Amino acid sequence: MEPTKHVGAGEGGSSHYKIAIVGSGPGGLSAAARAQFHDAAEGVSTPSYVLLESFEAHAKTIQQYQKGKHVMDEPGFLDLRSDFDFRAGTREAILGGWQDSLASQGVNIRYGAEVTRIAQQDHLFTLTLGNGESLTADNVILGIGIAGNPRKLGAPGENLRLVQYQLDDPKAHSGERVFVVGAGDAAIENALGLAAQNRVTIVNRRGEFSRAKDGNLNAVLAAINDSSSSFDCLYETGVKEVIETPDAEHPLQITFNTPDGEKAFGCDRIIARLGGIPPRKFVESIGVEFPNDKPDAIPELSSTYESNVPGLYVIGALAGYPLIKQAMNQGYDVIEFIRGNLIDPADHPLLEYQFHCMPFLRPVNDLLELFQQRIPMFRELNSLSFRELLIESNVMVSYPEGPMFDEAQEKRDALSTQLASRNPKPRMPNLIREGEYLFRKGEYAASFFTIIEGEVVITEDGVERTLGRGEFFGESSLISGQPRLGDAKAASNCILIETPRRTMVKLMNSNEEVRAGIDWIFVVRELRRHFAPTADFKDLRDIALACPISQHKAGDVLFSEGEEGAVMHLVRRGSVTLTRSLDNGQQALVAELRSGELVGQMALMGDAVRRETATATVATETIEINRANFLALVGREGAQVDALQRRVSARMLAVSQMEVRPESGSMMRFLMGEGLGEATDTLIIDESLCVGCDNCEKACAETHGGISRLDRRAGKTFANVHVPISCRHCEHPHCMKDCPPNAIQRAIDGEVFIDDSCIGCGNCEANCPYDVIKLAYPAPPKPGLLQWILLGRGSGPGEEPGYQPSEAAKAGGKKAVKCDACMSRKGGAACVAACPTGAAIRISPDQFIELVG
Amino acid sequence: MFENLLRYRGGRYFWWSAVLVVACIGVFVTHGRAEPPNGGTWQGYTLGTIGAVLILWLTWLGVRKRSYRSSMGTVRGWTSAHVYLGTACLIIASLHSALQFGWNVHTLSYVLMCLVIFSGFYGLYVYINYPRSLSDNRAGGSRESLFAELYELNKRGMTLARLSSPSVQQAVVSSIERTAIGGGLLDQLLARDGSLIALGDGKPQPNPDQQITIDMVADLIPRSEKSQEVVALEELLSVLCRRQTILRRLRKDIRLQGWLQIWLYVHVPLTIALLGALVVHIITTFFYW
Repeated sequence: MEPTKHVGAGEGGSSHYKIAIVGSGPGGLSAAARAQFHDAAEGVSTPSYVLLESFEAHAKTIQQYQKGKHVMDEPGFLDLRSDFDFRAGTREAILGGWQDSLASQGVNIRYGAEVTRIAQQDHLFTLTLGNGESLTADNVILGIGIAGNPRKLGAPGENLRLVQYQLDDPKAHSGERVFVVGAGDAAIENALGLAAQNRVTIVNRRGEFSRAKDGNLNAVLAAINDSSSSFDCLYETGVKEVIETPDAEHPLQITFNTPDGEKAFGCDRIIARLGGIPPRKFVESIGVEFPNDKPDAIPELSSTYESNVPGLYVIGALAGYPLIKQAMNQGYDVIEFIRGNLIDPADHPLLEYQFHCMPFLRPVNDLLELFQQRIPMFRELNSLSFRELLIESNVMVSYPEGPMFDEAQEKRDALSTQLASRNPKPRMPNLIREGEYLFRKGEYAASFFTIIEGEVVITEDGVERTLGRGEFFGESSLISGQPRLGDAKAASNCILIETPRRTMVKLMNSNEEVRAGIDWIFVVRELRRHFAPTADFKDLRDIALACPISQHKAGDVLFSEGEEGAVMHLVRRGSVTLTRSLDNGQQALVAELRSGELVGQMALMGDAVRRETATATVATETIEINRANFLALVGREGAQVDALQRRVSARMLAVSQMEVRPESGSMMRFLMGEGLGEATDTLIIDESLCVGCDNCEKACAETHGGISRLDRRAGKTFANVHVPISCRHCEHPHCMKDCPPNAIQRAIDGEVFIDDSCIGCGNCEANCPYDVIKLAYPAPPKPGLLQWILLGRGSGPGEEPGYQPSEAAKAGGKKAVKCDACMSRKGGAACVAACPTGAAIRISPDQFIELVG
Repeated sequence: MFENLLRYRGGRYFWWSAVLVVACIGVFVTHGRAEPPNGGTWQGYTLGTIGAVLILWLTWLGVRKRSYRSSMGTVRGWTSAHVYLGTACLIIASLHSALQFGWNVHTLSYVLMCLVIFSGFYGLYVYINYPRSLSDNRAGGSRESLFAELYELNKRGMTLARLSSPSVQQAVVSSIERTAIGGGLLDQLLARDGSLIALGDGKPQPNPDQQITIDMVADLIPRSEKSQEVVALEELLSVLCRRQTILRRLRKDIRLQGWLQIWLYVHVPLTIALLGALVVHIITTFFYW
């Protein structure tokens, strides 16, 4: 490890810098390198900046990647602007390169300098370090990422070398005496991983493992109770101190406060897994404001990355930019901004391309401002967020068929030629013809459209509506995760912004006004669709404001059978099951309801006593409509009371049919338990037909690069219906969360797939609750079918067990693989087409009733 | 929603095959008195050609099943057609032969074809009936989960046995250690239980269905004098009985799965032999000309 470098000006006393950079991740390193560049150019003898790193090495998060991990340099179309180099390669090559640059450029970095407090007074920041030392700075750049620092033991000796706060590979240690401190999942997993080849004791501050997942809880209790293993646990025990004992049998001695008094043990290693200290609290303690309490909220920043605290800048993941290249560019830019040099950001050309086919010529910054002013909902956004929104969106321009369109097309073609050598190509402007459909009913897409200019015609249930400048549409699929409800057609001279789901979700989570605006319009449009198709927008907007949106976790009860109800729910995302108690005390599941359906409407339309219990199957949001609002809706002229009553009768009938077949309810309950409540397309196997030939798995591997994306044997079974480990193509895919390069997409027909920009980070694998994503090296090619049949070459069809990836594949790193429902295959899903007995089928939610019936 | 092979698209290929068979019978009955039914008449050649083409097509299922990129129908449709047209082939080839048999390669081809088709009938029978038995037997679990449960029961049984007398301990531990599942081909197909147990003299003796161990523990319960031991023995008995059930299920699973797969080891090699005999049969017929 690099030794601590000199402090710079006024060592020993209180040192002052123009810029203090906190955190030496990609953003911090790049900022420090830029500051160093200017110092060198100006011939400054003492550095005007300092880079503070709490860890003993730079780029802690990347240091913690597994050995040899391939680090990608997404997004490919963005140029790097930094004094440090960065291109895709192994973790070691990248870290080593930065290490060399740190030394060769003479960057003023201090290791082991944990900043515990930052305070501002009279435009001067005072930074207090972990060792009590303090320094001052005119400006502070925060590049501390979002991983947070691990919570330490909180006892003397917590910083000793053999006291670790993470464990890369349990197999790397054997024959050691190890204490694992902590009672969460990480502690349990580490302890059990070590236990096979080490003598391990897990130390729990409490009397039980209450924070652990069920699987881990059972495993740790089984290991503790297993008299044949040496694994044990110290309950209600805290750490008093750790000391080094160089001459003893073990290098460390740990002393505990136990219920029976103090106890000391010799040991080789202590692993403390006590959770992390999220950086948000620290950031807030400086005075930086977050827009809301959501865990993924991002602080409000100006276009120069400055927070509401003047002189305090935030870059990198903490500012909402999770990719290395983005953070490095920001590090460079932010130093220039602080120096008063307001350069165009590195992503500026991307916007120039986006605006290339506009009907009028204006500088990019003017256009940005103009667009923002035209959209009421985005007016209050800070310009950085709006800029980010546009960079990640498609800009669409419509022209009438004819010379104008041709001219724009020529311009676009010229740009395309100019950028032909760029790989991947930056986002191009989108040209559409007047009258062209933007989307059709039934398509799966959750992008969000904003109209900057012109008009768009929406047709839903036969009703046509025209939307104009500043209005938006497409929010329904964005929120419900369901396919488009109608058609959208571009009218004359449109300029539209099509924003992908992920960007909108990020924006809604970080900006309360945008969220409220979209929610409100969503409610207005849902109410109109269900109760008053002919009503005007303005007639409904007050009712919409009076209908709250309630959120329910999986398993939450919306209302219970027998109680009196005064509200109905309109499901807007997720799914709700209705159950009824039977005479024999059992609960019969009588219905499963998805987005766009009403729950509990009988309370307002007939008997107020609830006949069913409504439970959220997955994370669910509903619009609550109380009696007064309901009466206001149905009391209007032209209200759809008849249709509403017809739907109620149909529901009553379906519910009664399910109630007399309780076994169907049990099956439904099983399917919901397997996540089908949020599924759109699921592989189901009828075990009474399945002969176990595994042709489905073989077909999957053969059509997907030699790696099967389904595990037939695994997964649960109920009454012959088997749900194998295979993607459910969820309405709101869990895997799409936190994908740094946005590599997980949804096709128009609903298939959720991973594109080539996957960086193999494993977030999707961790986020998928159904274990259907795995990380794998690309499989090597195999001899063909005839060679196998005639000459016996190769392992035959299907995934080759334990295949050896090629060196090139290894160098490229593991990538996430999952089912893409064979979206590009002509004959439909290969697993189903290859099943010889008809046991494998794929079903959508509207077929559940048929399946259980 | 789910339908088995025979019911594919309302038994579409049953009707195809029925029409084909009726047409072939139509051809056959045109044999006049002057030229009695024989493989060498024009009718005989027609039927023979249809039969040979059918056999080649039926064999092609092995390739189509593994042509995963093919969008020419579904494997399920092909398999359904395979079953019905294979059955039709039996009738068509019989008409072709006019039931004239002898000790020659022609009759060999016919016999091989019959063996292939009848092994196919057996395969169809097990494909339609055994999956449900397998599924019921696994009771919502999988073979892996049964083995996992067995492993847990073994551990629990050993632990409980250690709390009992040395003779119980020896019996239980030896019977667990010497439990046999699977084994050779016949053991698997017949679900034979080769489990052993070592009692007092340490000599292993057969312990079919774990009954000796269970009876021994059951016998001891009323004789035991210490209440603590009784509790341990009762729990041990329940573990052993559960274990017996799991072992039965595992053996049944292995047996059914074995029968589900073994017929292909007859059906496919015989098909290849049939193709060889068919080639010889066709070539030699040209010498009759």
